[in-house]
Parts: sequence; C-alpha cells; structure tokens
Amino acid sequence: MTATLTFDSLRISIGDANVLRGVSLEVQPGEVRGLVGESGAGKSMLGRAVLGLLPAKAAITSGRIAFEGRDLLKMQADERRGLLGRRIALIPQDPMTSLNPVKRVGVQIGNLLRHHLGLSKRAALLRAAELLIEVAIREPERVLSLYPHEMSGGMRQRVLIGMAFACDPALIIADEPTTALDVTVQRQVLQLVERLRRRHGSAVLFITHNLGVVAKICGSMTVLHAGRVLEEGQTADVLVRPRHAYTRALLAATPRADRPAETLRPVPPSLIEQLWSEAHRLDSMNAARPV
Amino acid sequence: MADIAVTSLATPPSRFLAGLGRGGARLWVGAALVAILMLVALFAPVLAPHDPLEQDLLSVQLPPMWMQGGDPVYMLGTDSLGRCVLSRLIYSARTAVVVALIAATLAALIGVALGLFAGSFGGWIDQLISRLIDIWMAFPPVLLSIVLAAVIGAGLTSVIVAIVVVDWTRFARVVRAETMVQLTRDYAAAARAIGLTRAKVLRLEVLPNLVPLLVTLLAVEMGIAILVEVILSFVGISVAGDTATWGSMIAEGRQIVYQAPWIMALPIVCIIISVIGLNLLGDGLRLAVDPVQRS
Repeated sequence: MTATLTFDSLRISIGDANVLRGVSLEVQPGEVRGLVGESGAGKSMLGRAVLGLLPAKAAITSGRIAFEGRDLLKMQADERRGLLGRRIALIPQDPMTSLNPVKRVGVQIGNLLRHHLGLSKRAALLRAAELLIEVAIREPERVLSLYPHEMSGGMRQRVLIGMAFACDPALIIADEPTTALDVTVQRQVLQLVERLRRRHGSAVLFITHNLGVVAKICGSMTVLHAGRVLEEGQTADVLVRPRHAYTRALLAATPRADRPAETLRPVPPSLIEQLWSEAHRLDSMNAARPV
Repeated sequence: MADIAVTSLATPPSRFLAGLGRGGARLWVGAALVAILMLVALFAPVLAPHDPLEQDLLSVQLPPMWMQGGDPVYMLGTDSLGRCVLSRLIYSARTAVVVALIAATLAALIGVALGLFAGSFGGWIDQLISRLIDIWMAFPPVLLSIVLAAVIGAGLTSVIVAIVVVDWTRFARVVRAETMVQLTRDYAAAARAIGLTRAKVLRLEVLPNLVPLLVTLLAVEMGIAILVEVILSFVGISVAGDTATWGSMIAEGRQIVYQAPWIMALPIVCIIISVIGLNLLGDGLRLAVDPVQRS
C-alpha cells in the first residue's frame, strides 16, 4: 500500500541553520500520527514543507516529500495547488488569526468550495451550512453571516476544521490545533477532529507538543529533536516504554496533577551529536534483538 | 439538513447600513458637504442665477446683498468685470469635481496595482517600484504640471496627468506596505494552503482588508487634487482663461482685495468646505466599512 505521506531524508535549512537534518517519516492511509518535540525541533517546518508554506528564506536542500507516491517537490506549481485544500488540508494553529477578519464566515467557506468543487455561489452557501452542522455548530445560517471577531475561538476552530474536511482530504496536517484554545474547548475540538477523521477516512499528521493529546488520539507517534527523528512507534509503546532518554525527559516534563513536573532542560548543541549517536546505538540494539 | 432557511442564506442581514450609523457625525457631515458639492457641480446651469461669463459693467464690484450697497440680483456680489460671483463659484465647482474624481481615481488605480505588485512579489520587482516611488515623490506636482503645460499645453488634461503622475505614489507606498503585512498573516497562509494562486490570494484575502484604508486615501486624495487644481489655476496654467475656477477667482480677487475682499474670500471658503467635507467623509467611511471597527 502506498503511504499517504512520505518524507524521505528531508533536509531544510534557513541560512546556515539546519532546521531539518534528514527526516524520514511515513503516514499511512487513515493513520493518525503524532509529531512531538520541543519548540524549535522542526515539527512545524515539516508540516509547512508539505503545504508549500516554508518561509522565504528556508530552502529544501535535499530529500523528497511524496503524497500518495507522487513527489510534491517535482510537481508543477498548479498541480500541487490543486492538491492543497482538496486532497491535503490544514487545520491551523491559531483560530483567532486564521480567518480573514473582514469577510463573513460564509463567504470564506464558500470561496473554498467554489474554488475546488466549482459550486455556484448559492450551492456553496448551502454546502457551507451543511459543513457547519457537521462540526456541531447550531444555527448555521446565522453563523454564516457572522464575521470572525463575532465568534469564540472554539467556534472559529470548528469552522476551520469544517473547512479542512470540506473536500474529503486524504491527509490533514493539524499544526497544534488545540494550543491556542482553553482546556475545556480542547477536548471538544479533539473529539470533533477524531469523529470527522473517521467519517472521511483521512490520515492525520498531528503536530503538537502536548503528549496528553497524542495519547488521546494518535495511533502512532514520532519524536522529533533538533531536526531529526529520535524515536517512533505505536503511541502506547513509546509512551509506556520510551527507548530514548530524551523521550523519557519529555514525558517527565509533562505537567501532571499527581506529582510536580520536572523541567525539560534544553539540550545544548554540543550534546546533540552525542544524543543522536545514542539513538543510533539503541536502534541497532533493537534491530539485533529478536522480535 | 434540507430544512435550512434558504432565503436567509441568500440575503444575509445587511450590517453595512448599521455600520453607516456608527460612522458617526463625521460621516454624515462629510457626506452632506460632499453631496452638496457634487450636486452643485452637476446642476450648475440650473442653480446659477446668471451666466458666469456675462459682464455687467454698470454694476462692478458690488458687495453681497446683505451688505450696504448690495443688490439682491447679485446675491454674493459681482467681480471687477461685473460678473455674478455666485454663478462663478457654482460653475467653478464643476472643474474642481472633475479634477478630484478623475485624478484621484486614476492615481488610486495605478497606485494600488503597483503597490500590490511590489508588496506581493518582493525582490527586484519591489526594489524597482520602490525606487520609482522615491523618485516620483520628489517631484512637486505644481512644478511638474508647469512642465507638462509647456509640453502638451495648459488645460485640465495636463492638470490631471500631473496629479496622477505624482500622487499614485501615495497609494502605492501604503498599499505595498500593507500588502506585505497582510501576506504574513495566518489567513493569507491559510488561503495559500487551500491552493489559491497568488492573484487570488491578493484579490480575495488582501484587497478586502485594504478597503477601509483605500476609502480614506481616496477621499483625502480628492481634497489634494482640488487644492492642486486651485494652485494651478491661481498661477494661470489650468483651464482656459474664460472658464471660472476657484483658483482664478482668488487670483483676480487678490488684486482688489482691499476694495472688495469678498471676491477673494468666497472661493477660499468654498475650497475649505470641500476639502474638509472630503476628509470627514473619508474618515467616517473608514469606520463604516471596517467590520472589525464596526462592532
């Protein structure tokens, strides 16, 4: 089976800084893969690379990104654009700023539907209302005529989630979609993503630094550190039996009610190489061990 | 899902009208002044009591009717050739309005197009347009139109061309900067992430955010255009000599300002009221069309 999304030893640099140092990663159809790591580990950069949203100064120096077996980086610009929003969709990080403040929500959803599905203005509005019902927004016809600032953060994130699933995407890039929301809303939003994902059968690359969220909805996870994959596997395995010291430190730094959290000390650059070789040693040990 | 009220979808409740209310006194006073200016210009032949060129040499330099020696036939008096000041003021509004509308609109079109271009492409295109802006901003429009008048002849065309050639930079600079800001916003990234082309992102996401700004700029620019035309006709290189303009009336009135000060004062009042009206309208409209400020 072709993987929905494949990163093949992807390297990205911004100026002299190597942001990603050869990341290989696969997301299978229908899989929810958590991508965790501390700030600056390069997890958002990975998502942005798929969507063609890398900062102007960033350059992909080597490697491959393939969507359903087709190389995104070698594709014609308009062919790639045709995939975006339709087959590959984004749930953005900050719902407060990801909708255009001067346009009614209905117009914004309508533009997406008209762009990709070629619907008429009227058909697009009707479909938009259905989408809002799908993301559990009551009174959709009223909400369609609202401006973003007239809605709560949770509601805006629901709208954005609805837009992401609007064209039945095969892949959703969820870039810390709950970080900007307060805790009670987070849970509802996660449940919503989970429900829609099941209905549409989409694979999800779930970028987050919240291991609690990963435990809740991701079947598998990848730990990214300093631009490299440190550890990956089934979520349950990784969380219960972290192989790598860094993953253990990450777990220990997760705030919990029953004990004081340990501080996650940032790894000084001088130690990164050492960490990395340790990871390799673990890998080779695992490979040697009979399963 | 079929029972969604289709009618309410087709016609979302207009909060634009509600927004007009929130434009406040500025909007209403500005709109009223500008409306008066436009109507006077449009209906000049109906409103003017006399032909603006008709000379009545028996009643020269009559004061306005409420002053001693005034004549009710000439409500605002007559100038040194015995022409009706009121009628000349009314006809002058036509020149002012034509220049304001055409010059400001053309300057806006050129400026917005180049500003969007520079702001969205960046790189050498941005450098090129930005340097062009720097250079053109250094030209005083009055000086430029004197040159133009020499080249293509005096007249409204060279006045308008001069204003457009210099003042597109006002729009281009602001639009360029604002486009750059808008493109860094999350919703612009989100728009690109749904596969919109650069042109569509500009049209659907960036341009609507510029509307409040452009409305203000356009109104202010119209005021500036009126002032430039006044200056040019004051020095006599605007429209042909026999057409009444506020600038030429000031120039004529200046020579007899001690004997008949109203001849100079009245066109100045007209200019001030027009420019204030345009500025107020621009300010009020900005508040009214910006949905974020509206609430």
